[in-house]
Amino acid sequence: MQIRVSVNAAERVHEVEARLLLVHLLRDELGLTGTHWGCDTSNCGACTVWLDEVPVKSCTVLAVMADGHRVRTVEGLEGPGGLDQIQQSFIECHGLQCGFCTPGILMTARWLLDRVPDPTEQEIRETISGQVCRCTGYENIVRSVRHAAESEQAGWSDAEQAGRSEAGQSAWSEQARTGQSGWAAS
Amino acid sequence: MGRVVTPVGFGPLRRKEDLRLVRGRGRFVDDIALPGMLHGAILRSPYAHARIVSVDTSAAESHPKVRAVLTGADLAARDMAWMPTASHDVAAVLACEKVHFQGQEVAFVVAEDRYAARDALALIEVEYEPLPAVVDARTALDPDAPLVRDEQPGCTDNHIFDWESGDAAATDAVFAAAEHVSDCDLVYPRVHPAPLETCGIVADADRIEGRLTVHATTQAPHTHRVLYSRIAGVPEHRIRVVAPDIGGGFGNKVAMYPGYLCAVVASTVTGRPVKWVEDRSENLMASSFARDYHMRGEIAATRDGRILAVRVRVLADHGAFNATSQPSRFPAGFFGVFTGSYDLRAAHCRVTGVHTNKAPGGVAYACSFRITEASYLVERLVDVLAHDLGLDPARLRMDNLLRAEQFPHPTPTGWEYDSGDYPATLRLALEIAGYDELRAEQAATRAEYERTGRGRLLGIGLSFFTEAVGAGPRRTMDIMGLGMADGADLRVHPSGGAVLAVSCMSQGQGHETTFAQIIGHELGIPADQVQVVQGDTDRTPFGLGTYGSRSTAVSGAATVVAARRVRERARLVAGAMLEIDPIDLEWVPGRWQVRGDPTAGASLTEIAAAAHSGLELPDGVEGHLDASCVYNPPNLTFPCGAYLCVVEVDPVTGEVRVRRFVAVDDCGVRINPMIVAGQVHRGLADGIGMALMELITFDPDGNHLAASFMDYLLPTSMECPSWELGETVTPSPHHPIGAKGVGESATVGSPAAVVNAVLDAIGVRHADMPLTPAQVWRAVQGRPLRPDLAIR
Amino acid sequence: MQVPAHFEYRRATDVDHAVALLGRFGPEARVVAGGHSLIPMMKLRLAQPELLVDINELTELSGVRLHNGPDGPELRIGALTRHAELLDCALVGEHAAMLHDAERVIADPVVRNRGTVGGSICQADPSEDLSGAFTALRAVAVIRGADGERTVPVREFFHGPYETAVGPAEVLVELRVPVRAGSGSSYLKVDRRAGDWAVAAAGAVLNLQNGRVTAAGLGLTAVGAPGFGAPDAEEYLLGRSTDAGTFAEAGRIAARACRPVADQRGPVDYKLHLAAELTARALTAAAARAADR
Repeated sequence: MQIRVSVNAAERVHEVEARLLLVHLLRDELGLTGTHWGCDTSNCGACTVWLDEVPVKSCTVLAVMADGHRVRTVEGLEGPGGLDQIQQSFIECHGLQCGFCTPGILMTARWLLDRVPDPTEQEIRETISGQVCRCTGYENIVRSVRHAAESEQAGWSDAEQAGRSEAGQSAWSEQARTGQSGWAAS
Repeated sequence: MGRVVTPVGFGPLRRKEDLRLVRGRGRFVDDIALPGMLHGAILRSPYAHARIVSVDTSAAESHPKVRAVLTGADLAARDMAWMPTASHDVAAVLACEKVHFQGQEVAFVVAEDRYAARDALALIEVEYEPLPAVVDARTALDPDAPLVRDEQPGCTDNHIFDWESGDAAATDAVFAAAEHVSDCDLVYPRVHPAPLETCGIVADADRIEGRLTVHATTQAPHTHRVLYSRIAGVPEHRIRVVAPDIGGGFGNKVAMYPGYLCAVVASTVTGRPVKWVEDRSENLMASSFARDYHMRGEIAATRDGRILAVRVRVLADHGAFNATSQPSRFPAGFFGVFTGSYDLRAAHCRVTGVHTNKAPGGVAYACSFRITEASYLVERLVDVLAHDLGLDPARLRMDNLLRAEQFPHPTPTGWEYDSGDYPATLRLALEIAGYDELRAEQAATRAEYERTGRGRLLGIGLSFFTEAVGAGPRRTMDIMGLGMADGADLRVHPSGGAVLAVSCMSQGQGHETTFAQIIGHELGIPADQVQVVQGDTDRTPFGLGTYGSRSTAVSGAATVVAARRVRERARLVAGAMLEIDPIDLEWVPGRWQVRGDPTAGASLTEIAAAAHSGLELPDGVEGHLDASCVYNPPNLTFPCGAYLCVVEVDPVTGEVRVRRFVAVDDCGVRINPMIVAGQVHRGLADGIGMALMELITFDPDGNHLAASFMDYLLPTSMECPSWELGETVTPSPHHPIGAKGVGESATVGSPAAVVNAVLDAIGVRHADMPLTPAQVWRAVQGRPLRPDLAIR
Repeated sequence: MQVPAHFEYRRATDVDHAVALLGRFGPEARVVAGGHSLIPMMKLRLAQPELLVDINELTELSGVRLHNGPDGPELRIGALTRHAELLDCALVGEHAAMLHDAERVIADPVVRNRGTVGGSICQADPSEDLSGAFTALRAVAVIRGADGERTVPVREFFHGPYETAVGPAEVLVELRVPVRAGSGSSYLKVDRRAGDWAVAAAGAVLNLQNGRVTAAGLGLTAVGAPGFGAPDAEEYLLGRSTDAGTFAEAGRIAARACRPVADQRGPVDYKLHLAAELTARALTAAAARAADR
């Protein structure tokens, strides 16, 4: 059947089988491979995307259910100004290692910060409790979200603004800056 | 947060890998889509043990989207139904006469899309004749036990190997004369590395080029290339293995899996690329498990707590095929470090390996080749001894730890610990934790509980571990005849930047950053001017890959040596440039300069340009600065650490909460402390997982009872506290920069700390992991469960 | 990755449309809402419906409101209300705090954004927390079929594991929770890990007058309590004082009726022990929350 879905603010019309899972629509049909999957049972959260305004586990949502709705994936986090602050903070605070759970956790963390601009450590831990990370022991994920909250609360300093646009440009310029600030301060 | 000047060399540098990963632009194996690509799916056995009477694939083959179906018979016709394992056994690729465990691969379907491939599995008719299964390793050697491997000529029992280390006679003598002996039976149950990304492959057998290209989630690309060549009979120069971004490995992505070979065969048969990615159930049921050791430990001591000797008997459950990926001459891995961190007079262990009707594998999950089991055993035994003698576990450890002046230390089992200051490491952990205050608080909570029958008990658990990583010396360590050396290949561009190609393969450890920092430290080139290449056998030197915390210890050392060779070559070129005897030049980071005249010299960038120019070079210098190294480690490196876990336990419900976790690690020199800390964090979470929730168990018929993340529980952000880290640094004397591996340290050291803490809280001598609420309550009742057997 | 078998899919435009579709396709049709119970079963091919009737667009089935019914005020919870909405709802916190306790320990925040209250109840999993909670609260299920609506007390709603009173051509549309002034309620769960199914759980709701129990509701999850209930213990509590001994005895009575099954979450003796202990603890917490009149 034909579905019409807004994905990262772009209208997509697609012919799908009713049984196609949303995660496969995004990855296999639309080529948005930033959304991963790690289990089949909605336990791990690697496939988390926004459906309308809330994060859901796209391995347990049918693509046809998204017909007429909006989907936002990790590819839709970046703005014209570069990386979203949550992405930047994960880089600053070593919030990822293998990076496989990262897109899903970024989507949930962005949602949390939009609702609760200054979350406590406990609120952060509860919000990501359905998303497994096998690499970080969660510590630096929590720090990254706190870092993003503090950065957004404080507004942008000049240096960060420079870094933000710089980070959005290329991996090479990204390496010109150091990660001491976010990490050593903790 | 101001701008900081990028450190060149060691320090907490942001990772080069992160920018693509946070943008969702990583390239993992399931992200790869080649033109014309087909999708594979595997039919697996519902039985743990059964004869295969017949396999009928006709209905599946007539499915409009199916392009091929492979069975054991098809592979047998190509002499590929069995593949060699790293442990001198063979493992079935697709089952022929029998299935040996639930989830074993029976047929491989290839279809136009992944949904059709799955549909077609239901169309394959297999008739099985079920057989009784052997599930409990303790009954595997009974005379009437079902034979797991009766397809092998001359197979009369389920026995695989007997292995021992240490001195039996000397150990028995110490035990016979000892004032006190404590003993304990422990099970380290079967668990799973469960990386968040499952295992997968895209195989592309190109008939036109005559080349096989494999994109796979492998921690050991070069080893896999050798295996494909040996099993499929394709010359190695016609095979390219590429490991893309890998979503965690932890040992799970070392082995060769049937699905990989089936995809290769299917691509050869269809002439199209074939993708196969396992689902989570397949990963948990059929890919490399970890542990499954039944251990009996004894510890001999004086009455006042001087530890004299340790004696161990182990029954190792290796499942249906002996397929542990470990150094060939160590059938029980490096279990020989069960002597732990203590100054012993004697030690001895015997390990017996047996087959059962369970999935094969064995060495995985960040275990440093069975050191996790060894460390857990000895640290549990020390606590049992403390319990029996009424001694403080911290005091007991401090009194018996090896002292700094005893290094390098030859152990009773034949290893040589390289360096350490164990008492200093333990002291720091106790200081960070505030050990005496914690004990006082514990006494108060216990008194309150005894008064009211309510409340939470505090538990304090210690673990001191010695790891053995960075395998290893070629004279004693090989995998399937391949010596465990690794290569590094460093090319310096005319403009002064560099490309480093290494044989190891990151699965999240941050090699692209760390290895660039090593070059920065040795040559003064900023990390952003060093491109690190890994995972592609066409572009990297040969080596055995990343597992057993080998990367820094072996490939890192190769990188240092290659960089120093570049430096020496640069010295000669600089001499020619400056028209001075190179002996009169001295190295300051990034530059050779004239001794006593800092203004006269040449930067590496200038030297690189000169090396590529028309400059007349001295004899023996061919031009360019490139260098390579094959590093054959003289010894393993031996990181250590002191861990302290604080838990709160509700003995009425059995619930456990980890309140604090202090970890002091000594991994020698730290290249990127930020990355090192991250490695420790993850291992501590592993410890909480294994100690409290992770378990693969089977019912008496061999049915797997943990085949999804609903049943195989991984720790979440809610069970993990905010980790408290500390460090001591005793450089490894034989590593060129004094670094030791760290990737598995916390996984090795942390489970015992958590278990010791919980048992300390409830005052119980021993209960086996995982300490679920049910197990804790049962332990309080004095009737702990056998976790390795399904609850009946 | 596991994927479902083929099925037909229809989006219902209203409840009657959903009922008509179910009637037309017969017993092989299933309603799907959040899908977090059904879709994983379909991926495992343990469920292979021929038709899915998607009710996600039926906003009239969403939300919570306070309604003055013939038997007094009641919370009306639409079947399509997402777990997250129930947890965020202040009315629920005020009148049935137990539901907030339960929701906080159901799965995880992302699953709760999608999973629905009605879907959880209709799954009738023996370990479903809301089943125990609604049983304790004496909720009433509203079911719509071709012949209109009927009401079924939740205590008669569960016909066994994975079996409910909802017929093949019917849709659960609402749950009604009676609101009693001054009541206090609590739900307690022991699990092996955040987001895990209960090893055991108990919910209790109490009304008190002068230190005595004037009304009591109990619900037990995952311990083989018949219909998730503990009526003997409820009866025992009436008129008694709220001391530890009373609550402990009520727990013992509740556990006596339970028939738990041993599994990886725990053995039978432990689950029976928890049934008693958690009942007593939930009663203690409910009493602390109740306003004594």
